[in-house]
Amino acid sequence: MEVRIRIQRYNPEVDEKPHWEEYTVEVEPTDRVIDALHQIKWFQDGTLAVRRSCLHGICGSDALVINGRNRLACKTLVRDLGKVITVAPLRGFRVIKDLVVDMEPFFRKFRSVMPYLVNDERPPAHERLQSPEERARFDDTTKCILCAACTTACPSFWADSRYVGPAAIVQAHRFIFDSRDQAWRERLQILNENTGVWRCRNVFNCVEACPRDINVNKAIAEVRQALITGSRGLPLEDDEVH
Amino acid sequence: MQKHEYDGIIVGAGGAGLMAALHASRGGRVAVLSKLYPTRSHTGAAQGGISAALGNMEPDKPEWHAFDTVKGSDYLADQDAVELMCSLAPEIIIELEHLGLPFDRTPEGKIAQRRFGGHTNNETGKPVMRACHAADRTGHMILQTLYQQCIKQGVEFFDEFQVMDLLLDEKERRVAGVVAYEIATGELHVFHAQAVLFATGGWGRVWEVTSNATSLTGDGTALVWRRGIPLEDMEFFQFHPTGIYKLGILLTEGMRGEGAVLLNDQGERFMERYAPTVKDLASRDVVSRAIYLEIREGRGIGGKNYVYLDLRPETINKYFEKEGAKWPDGSPRRVTKEYLLEKLGDTIGFCRTYLGIDPLEEPVPVQPTAHYAMGGIPTNVHAEVVVDVQNTVFPGLYAAGECACVSVHGANRLGTNSLLDLVVFGKLGGQRMAQFIRQNDPPPLPPNPTARVEEELERLRNGRGKENPAEIREELRRVMMANVGVFRTRELLEGAREKIRELRERYRRARVMDPGRIFNQDLLEAWEVGNMLDIAEVTTVAALARTESRGAHSREDFPERDDENWLKHSLAYRRDDGAIELDYKPVVITKWQPKARVY
Repeated sequence: MEVRIRIQRYNPEVDEKPHWEEYTVEVEPTDRVIDALHQIKWFQDGTLAVRRSCLHGICGSDALVINGRNRLACKTLVRDLGKVITVAPLRGFRVIKDLVVDMEPFFRKFRSVMPYLVNDERPPAHERLQSPEERARFDDTTKCILCAACTTACPSFWADSRYVGPAAIVQAHRFIFDSRDQAWRERLQILNENTGVWRCRNVFNCVEACPRDINVNKAIAEVRQALITGSRGLPLEDDEVH
Repeated sequence: MQKHEYDGIIVGAGGAGLMAALHASRGGRVAVLSKLYPTRSHTGAAQGGISAALGNMEPDKPEWHAFDTVKGSDYLADQDAVELMCSLAPEIIIELEHLGLPFDRTPEGKIAQRRFGGHTNNETGKPVMRACHAADRTGHMILQTLYQQCIKQGVEFFDEFQVMDLLLDEKERRVAGVVAYEIATGELHVFHAQAVLFATGGWGRVWEVTSNATSLTGDGTALVWRRGIPLEDMEFFQFHPTGIYKLGILLTEGMRGEGAVLLNDQGERFMERYAPTVKDLASRDVVSRAIYLEIREGRGIGGKNYVYLDLRPETINKYFEKEGAKWPDGSPRRVTKEYLLEKLGDTIGFCRTYLGIDPLEEPVPVQPTAHYAMGGIPTNVHAEVVVDVQNTVFPGLYAAGECACVSVHGANRLGTNSLLDLVVFGKLGGQRMAQFIRQNDPPPLPPNPTARVEEELERLRNGRGKENPAEIREELRRVMMANVGVFRTRELLEGAREKIRELRERYRRARVMDPGRIFNQDLLEAWEVGNMLDIAEVTTVAALARTESRGAHSREDFPERDDENWLKHSLAYRRDDGAIELDYKPVVITKWQPKARVY
């Protein structure tokens, strides 16, 4: 089938501001959006820039605004979009070129929440034991691929880019609720700052945007509950998340 | 041009690079350069598990793991290296756990393990639960955990820096650094250092249908080759049996580990004929060949070039019941949809997304997909690059992970052993590098260090021809798939060699469309095509020379393994005029004499 693809283009070496360009490509309905972008890049206009690597939704390179929604270009099929497809870079970051944005502010926030296991006790000769229930407590947030689809879909982040954003909270959650971790109180304090979890307004854009189906809102709610109760407590039931 | 001074440079930020960085940075100032953001590296796509004879589920021993690896390699692996890797496996898994890796757990809270192809209890010959896993995103968790620890340790990163050349001090034959291209600006950077470790991964993109990311174009391997370093066992490239039909996206062997079976057009579980004992859990080369043979004999689904992978609980339980399969506690082994979804959520999701098929309800069309390079930059067990049949070390040069050839995988790698290879030899290489940089200062930089890179880029930017590099690349990938795939013959290989020469000629007239400096992927991808051509040519020439069938290298005109003449590693050298010369070095055998390989 033939589809028209409208792409937001910007090359700082020649353009004063971003503009739209339209391309026509012949695709299979089951092709991914990234396949269509490849066709343009390789055989029509080699100046198009777009990050991507694994091509199956695991590496987190190609989160883009596709038909108005944040999603991965390699996990979105053409047949689900119709005959006209619009593709733009993620919102809220400086555009380097075309669909490529400066991710450094995003990774700076990731680094700010101590995204690593802290345990200064001498480890045993074998593995640290952890029950399947303790492991399940943070399973959902281990799936994050740092694609930034959630953070850049969040109105609180658009309103104030100092907000640490949902992705960094997801990363913090992964360690706060890991029974092996000893720095969970410090991490909670980082998220208790005025740039932290209280900025969330429960819009749920993050949940909709996450290509890994992480219940981001629930993770944020659990972090807030831990802040209120001062304990890591039990996981929230789904109807308690709001 | 910017200049940087470091003690050590690590090229690539996947599992091997990050593990090396954690250890090497204890010896001096080390920087990691990657053409991607580190978390985009392809280690993150590994699914099923990482093997170690922990014995958490049932009896197991490192010796069994070592023998399985040697047998899986079709006796081409160096047995001293295999024994070392398998004996270090349990402690390195524990190290990863201590670093925070969220493995799945047993009811007692230990690391959970599952079955995988080619891993057996050596006494019964039956599959053993050896693959430690975090659902079906084990590689993702390894990559994340190592990156997290690098952040904690303050490792320096240069993200989106494409390394394009290795700098050598020709007089002393020592490493002097690398030249890198900053993707965001188009600027060249010289990194002056006394040690460089390559961890740049594989080159599956050289084939048309592949599980590999777009980044896997063999850059590190090709650029050291152009600097005169030989390449080992390049004829051995693994095709994973279960790629999603046409797309090549990997469906983990862990699916078969949890009980899924392969079926032909008649609904027959054909692996029972090819591997009566372990059936669908035979080595990958064996299963991929079986699929090709079924297709050739007209038993592909609807006569087409694919078969089914059946993960439906009713199918799995039918075979479990027939075989009397049991869980470690002695209860009958059965699976439910919920259990499979928990253990294989990502792969089930791939089928739903890309095929619109729910594998819990319908069988999935699969075909072999180009997956893993057994060959690469020759190293010893310390990840030091060795440059001849005497294994002479090239001072300051290291390689680890898929780009390297230790050789622990020989002619065919067992599933889960790549992740183990990454962390074991990444660590050993990092430690060796730490020692080296404490004891040595960098040699002087060569004059005009960026000259070669500038010339290569200039030709692509302002060449006189009109050839589109993408066109050349796609033609290359098609001929490699058709002629240098699962089955090979002299005719096919000669055809490929001719085609590659023609493409190389056209590549001289290649010219990019994008003249800019900022994020010019067009230029970078055109440069990668040069690497792919080099790799493809070495692979084809080495495959043409090896007149036997061993592991992943299957010659229909020489169907038998020939230990008398071919129990040896190939070493390909690049002569100054660009011609390829082959030499051979012996396989290290410690305990296991080659014997017939039956599964």
